[in-house]
Amino acid sequence: MRLYTVVVYLFLYAPIAIIALFSFNAGRHASQLQGFSTQWYARALKNPFVMDALETSLIVAFVSATLASVLGTLAAVGLQGIRGPARTVFDAIIYVAVMIPGIVIGIATLIALVTVFEVLNPWLAALWPEGAQPPRLSMGIGSLIAAHTMFTMALVIIIVRARLGTLEQALAEASADLYATPLGTFRQVTLPLIAPAILAGFLLSFTFSFDDFIIAFFVAGSETTLPIYVFSSIRRGVTPEINAIGTMVMVASLVLLIVAQLILRRGPRR
Amino acid sequence: MAPKASFAQYAARPQAGVSATVAELRSVSKSFGDVLAAQDLNLGIARGEFLSFLGPSGCGKTTALRMLAGFEAPSSGEVLIDGQVVNALEPFRRPVNMVFQSYALFPHLTVADNIGYGLRQRRPRLPRQEIAEKVGRALEIVRLSGFDRRRIWEMSGGQQQRVALARAIVNEPKLLLLDEPLAALDRKLRKEMQIELQDLQRQLGITFVLVTHDQEEALSLSDRICVMRAGRIVQVGSPQELYDHPNSRYVADFVGTSNFFEGRVDAVEGGRARLVTASGLTLAGRASAGLAAGTTGCLSIRPEQIRMTRAPEPESQAVTVHNRIFLGEHTEYLVRHETLGNINVLTPRQAEQADRGFETGETAHLAWSDAAALVLKND
Ligand SMILES: Nc1ncnc2c1ncn2[C@@H]1O[C@H](COP(=O)(O)OP(=O)(O)O)[C@@H](O)[C@H]1O
Ligand SMILES: [Mg+2]
Repeated sequence: MRLYTVVVYLFLYAPIAIIALFSFNAGRHASQLQGFSTQWYARALKNPFVMDALETSLIVAFVSATLASVLGTLAAVGLQGIRGPARTVFDAIIYVAVMIPGIVIGIATLIALVTVFEVLNPWLAALWPEGAQPPRLSMGIGSLIAAHTMFTMALVIIIVRARLGTLEQALAEASADLYATPLGTFRQVTLPLIAPAILAGFLLSFTFSFDDFIIAFFVAGSETTLPIYVFSSIRRGVTPEINAIGTMVMVASLVLLIVAQLILRRGPRR
Repeated sequence: MAPKASFAQYAARPQAGVSATVAELRSVSKSFGDVLAAQDLNLGIARGEFLSFLGPSGCGKTTALRMLAGFEAPSSGEVLIDGQVVNALEPFRRPVNMVFQSYALFPHLTVADNIGYGLRQRRPRLPRQEIAEKVGRALEIVRLSGFDRRRIWEMSGGQQQRVALARAIVNEPKLLLLDEPLAALDRKLRKEMQIELQDLQRQLGITFVLVTHDQEEALSLSDRICVMRAGRIVQVGSPQELYDHPNSRYVADFVGTSNFFEGRVDAVEGGRARLVTASGLTLAGRASAGLAAGTTGCLSIRPEQIRMTRAPEPESQAVTVHNRIFLGEHTEYLVRHETLGNINVLTPRQAEQADRGFETGETAHLAWSDAAALVLKND
């Protein structure tokens, strides 16, 4: 049993450990260690392609996580008011959205957006004033943000719903009883009490978007996010620079995930 | 069958100085799907009175209270506050405040911010200074001065209870609604809080409407008690009225304890009635309102109204002492009558000392005055 556990963990974490280890390799070959060095980190951070991709990833992650937090919170609060079969259906749909493989979401989003663009672009061209260059809707940072927002919103809904579920119904009633309007109750009671869940949802969404390759690969158009950059570089062979990027992304993601967990743990008390 | 209550019957009684009715229920019914939680409630609540809804769990007390607060809308009938029909008025527009059974204190706010919550919602806004003063006074009233910066979870159950009270009374509501506010406290604390509640009500002059299933609590606190059963109001009256003149076996049983002997009502005349039990025993007592001869009924006699003697008296009943519980000031006997069954008797200490008490297995004789017994419809 012990041995079995060790083997499982080895299997899971050995590759990650090796990447982290080789990112500090002084030599250029991925096959042998030649002493400690942080040169690959310096190189990665000086590489304009890496920095470009990082910027795109950060923008997409921040905007989509923000949108997902706002929309997801509103959806979760709205769903609170629904009872009976409709609620069961909504709950099921949200869980399915989280469980659908990324590749399905990627393809589905791509097809949906392409179809919509095909319909809209001629209209835009027709409506645009004579002479001026009409805008063309296409894949890019907008579609990336949209796809990530859609997926991570389900995460936020689930987290915020769980928190709302632990809130006493009587608190909202007490607030109404003390002359607060429904909006006042939301602002002064509900929002402060679910704020930790929203923040945790934001961090998870950010992490998900930042790490996502599959969905981004389908809908990024000509944009390059960090995972897409890494993927395309690997085709030219794994360099220690890629290991360095991977290690940085992993550490950043882990930190965000741990912070999100801590926020959720701290739970009901402030 | 409970008597169909007319509105006039349960109208608020004018009190010294204040005559107005502050709130009313007019033929109010409420159903949740198939469940009829409240049926045809008619009740006037007098300004400044302490009224209790009393009844077993599930009889609709909370529903009645929540309709006054505005959390439930009546299925039919009208709820009035200060003469205005408020059926469609949202809770946050009603000049009433509620103390929730779970207290429902806001965990993210300090004690002072909890208490000031209602004041901060006022439009136009109250000056900060005024809010702080009112909160300070409320804290003083519930004897929590100095606790203003505390967090809710740092407070004990009894203290939380008082914060909940302060949070409600600081708004000077027309009605203060209390849903089993003391149920979560231990016995000793509950007694203390009962006294505090009563003092508070007298001191502030706010109308209190309390929901409780604890008859002792209702009896000791209330000016009037509204006894409920399965969604209906059975009887409304002062504690003493309910105790001495219950209108049904249900009320006699729920308010205080009583012995009941079933039988057929043989004759009703001049406020007195005769009951014949199945074994042919004839018992007499006061007739309750609306009692008719020829129906089945029961005779109710309170344990403390029964005299227990060694020697037989005229019209006394012979019994065997079955159990004896020493209660300090009183001794409670459970005795067994051949045909009437088990009977509870409560004898005061003095009588005990004079008569050195009865042992289990001993034969004793029970007697009571006809005026102390009440013949009721069997419901
Ligand atoms: N929101 C509700 N939905 C369905 N049934 C309810 C609801 N509230 C109360 N009831 C039912 O109405 C009846 C009266 O309940 P309640 O007023 O809470 O009684 P009490 O406070 O006297 O214990 C009960 O049978 C209860 O199950
Ligand atoms: Mg209740």
